[in-house]
Amino acid sequence: MRWIVLILCLLAAPVGAVEPDEILADPVLEQRARDLSKGLRCLVCRNEHIDASDATLARDLRLLVRERLVAGDTDEQVVSYIVERYGEFVLLNPPAKGSTLILWLAGPGMLVLAGGIAFVYLRGRRPGAITALSGEEQAELDKIMRQ
Amino acid sequence: MIVELGHFTLILALMVACVQTVVPLIGAHKGWGGWMAMAEPAAKTQALLIAFSFGALTYAFVTSDFSLRLVVQNSHTLKPMLYKVSGVWGNHEGSLLLWCLILAVFGACAAWFGGGLPPSLRARVLAVQGSVGVAFLAFTILTSNPFLRLEVPPFDGQDLNPLLQDPGLAFHPPFLYLGYVGLSMTFSFAIAALLEGRVDAAWGRWVRPWTLAAWLFLTVGIALGSWWAYYELGWGGFWFWDPVENASFMPWLISAALLHSAIVVEKREALKAWTILLAILAFGFSLIGTFIVRSGLLTSVHAFANDPERGVFILAILAFFMGGALILYTMRAGAMEAKGVFSSVSRESALVANNVLLTVSCFVVFVGTMWPLVAEMFFDRKLSVGAPFFNAAFSPFMVALAAIMPFGAIMPWKRAQISKVAQPLWGPLVLSVALGALVWTMQTGRSFLAPVGLVLALWVTFGILADLWLRTGRGDLGSKMRRLWRLPRADWGKSIAHFGFGITIFGICAMTAWQVEDIRVANIDEPFDVAGYTVTLEKVEQGRGPNYFTTMATISLEKGGRTIVLTPEKRMYPVARMPTTEAAIANGIWRDLYVVIGDQQDGSGWTVRTFVKPFANWIWAGCIIMALGGIFSLSDRRLRVAAGARKTRAVPAE
Repeated sequence: MRWIVLILCLLAAPVGAVEPDEILADPVLEQRARDLSKGLRCLVCRNEHIDASDATLARDLRLLVRERLVAGDTDEQVVSYIVERYGEFVLLNPPAKGSTLILWLAGPGMLVLAGGIAFVYLRGRRPGAITALSGEEQAELDKIMRQ
Repeated sequence: MIVELGHFTLILALMVACVQTVVPLIGAHKGWGGWMAMAEPAAKTQALLIAFSFGALTYAFVTSDFSLRLVVQNSHTLKPMLYKVSGVWGNHEGSLLLWCLILAVFGACAAWFGGGLPPSLRARVLAVQGSVGVAFLAFTILTSNPFLRLEVPPFDGQDLNPLLQDPGLAFHPPFLYLGYVGLSMTFSFAIAALLEGRVDAAWGRWVRPWTLAAWLFLTVGIALGSWWAYYELGWGGFWFWDPVENASFMPWLISAALLHSAIVVEKREALKAWTILLAILAFGFSLIGTFIVRSGLLTSVHAFANDPERGVFILAILAFFMGGALILYTMRAGAMEAKGVFSSVSRESALVANNVLLTVSCFVVFVGTMWPLVAEMFFDRKLSVGAPFFNAAFSPFMVALAAIMPFGAIMPWKRAQISKVAQPLWGPLVLSVALGALVWTMQTGRSFLAPVGLVLALWVTFGILADLWLRTGRGDLGSKMRRLWRLPRADWGKSIAHFGFGITIFGICAMTAWQVEDIRVANIDEPFDVAGYTVTLEKVEQGRGPNYFTTMATISLEKGGRTIVLTPEKRMYPVARMPTTEAAIANGIWRDLYVVIGDQQDGSGWTVRTFVKPFANWIWAGCIIMALGGIFSLSDRRLRVAAGARKTRAVPAE
């Protein structure tokens, strides 16, 4: 019985994240592979980059990245090679072009807007801005002062 | 029998919540004292009923009552007791019941401690709290009833997801929920104030402890979750910008902003309308968070389609409360006239800047979280928004926040002079930049990240010290120390929480920039070097725990004559058929040693991952310090004593 369970365990065991046999001998290339991997999404996991993922698909992608690097591709070529095959979805960092520009500009835009509103508000609360008395109040004050 | 009683009291609680919503609201509107007084016993009864119901469900889990569908799906007789109990909230239905329980307990607390509130305000607060209760109790009973029975009970259960069988995650949801639901209290106060048509300094003081409590629970909850990810997922990541994480982070950001703006309401009677809006939004983000987590919409559109009933229900709750609150807000906010005036350089302005940064950063997280959905629906683009985006778009706000923090903390209310404020801060600025530069020259060829984090952390810390020193005033050392000792707890709370923020920033930057990683096939008794440590895989053994099988390695790390032995594991939970990696971590103040054992490679070697993570614990230590600051501030005399002072004043209000 225990044997069966153990065998089941071994079958279910996942492939770990970056495996020793994947690592390239050239440390410069390997570092480039790592940096690229951090921006590529494992397609079957939740928000994990392929470097951290246990999935077999992530391993395939890691190997693919290294294969392209060894073949002499530049970083951009490797990324576009993978995007061509797996779609834009694979990029964790959405490129700032087309409709995605809205995403990238949302933060700065909102900051400018909020900063502007805050600036106008703060100017409005300056002592000089609202301490001026209305005509009625001034008349009332004059009356009191005369007494 | 007990389970049936629990089911019954849950339905009863819904009825009581309906009464708690309707009767006091009418009473407050008409000025009928008796109807208003109904709110308190109703709130307490509702809490007791749900507590009984929750107890009944816990009883079913502890005794492994497999006639209950929920217990079958999430428990197993062999599971350790701690996880039998935490299994109660380790699933959708049970966690909703916990949500309802906390909601009702917060309401009951407002009934118990709210003795000093004007009667009509108290009645309205409890009524609004009751209405949130109605929505969530109805949601629980109609779509996610935890008390459903099975006709033919099986012999044993299907076990809890093994990833959740962990002490860190056992307590992560309760804390997070205490935070989420705590914000319902500030929401209730905001709506009640809008109904009353009055917001004054007293309101600011009443709402502050609830916000503080919610914020500090959120801080602890988020820290626990991130700590869990760090040691459980097997490579030491601590934050993934996952939609579910963002769901808890957004209310944290907004409640931090609310915490600061409520001070302005309390001390200076300004920013009232804005604070009310923040209180509404904070709870809104809690609801959005619940929606994101519970509907599964963002993790996968398909998960939502599988169970649209629940998602649509929460969306309806969200639409009702946010829509209603915002309509009420637009009708009444104009009446919130600000009183205090202040110059553009003042504590008030600094707090406005803080609010701008926090809310805009929350907006960035929100847009980033929702963008994949928007892009798919409107632009027909299927894309991901992951960590690189958030790191680039969010981090600058935190840097700016840390940069202005010492200025804001030192700035006097009403009117300040830049030269006077800057003068005591020159020292901290020069010192922190100099130390940062020193570190940058010492670490050759690495990124700017760690030195920048260090400069910010030092700047915040020295800024706090300068602030405290200023507060001691003139005189000899003895009188200075006495004055320091007698500073209000709220001031200490502020300093401690700001210090924690600096520590967390430094921890994140230092660990990210300086960590060393080594992945290799290690043979038994063949040492290798990682960042000065001699690492040896000594043995690998098979074994078994209460409800799992394990492959346990013994790895020794030796440096300078000191040896640390770690035992990382790979576990297999046969019932759930899920493997987990249990990293072994030697925690330290200066560095964590983090080892993970992988699969056996052909031959005799094993995959071993070794990480040296400098200052890792500072990330969570900073969060705990922040929460500690919150506790200090919560214990301030002003918040306790004012309760008595209010009574004399509150009487003529009616």
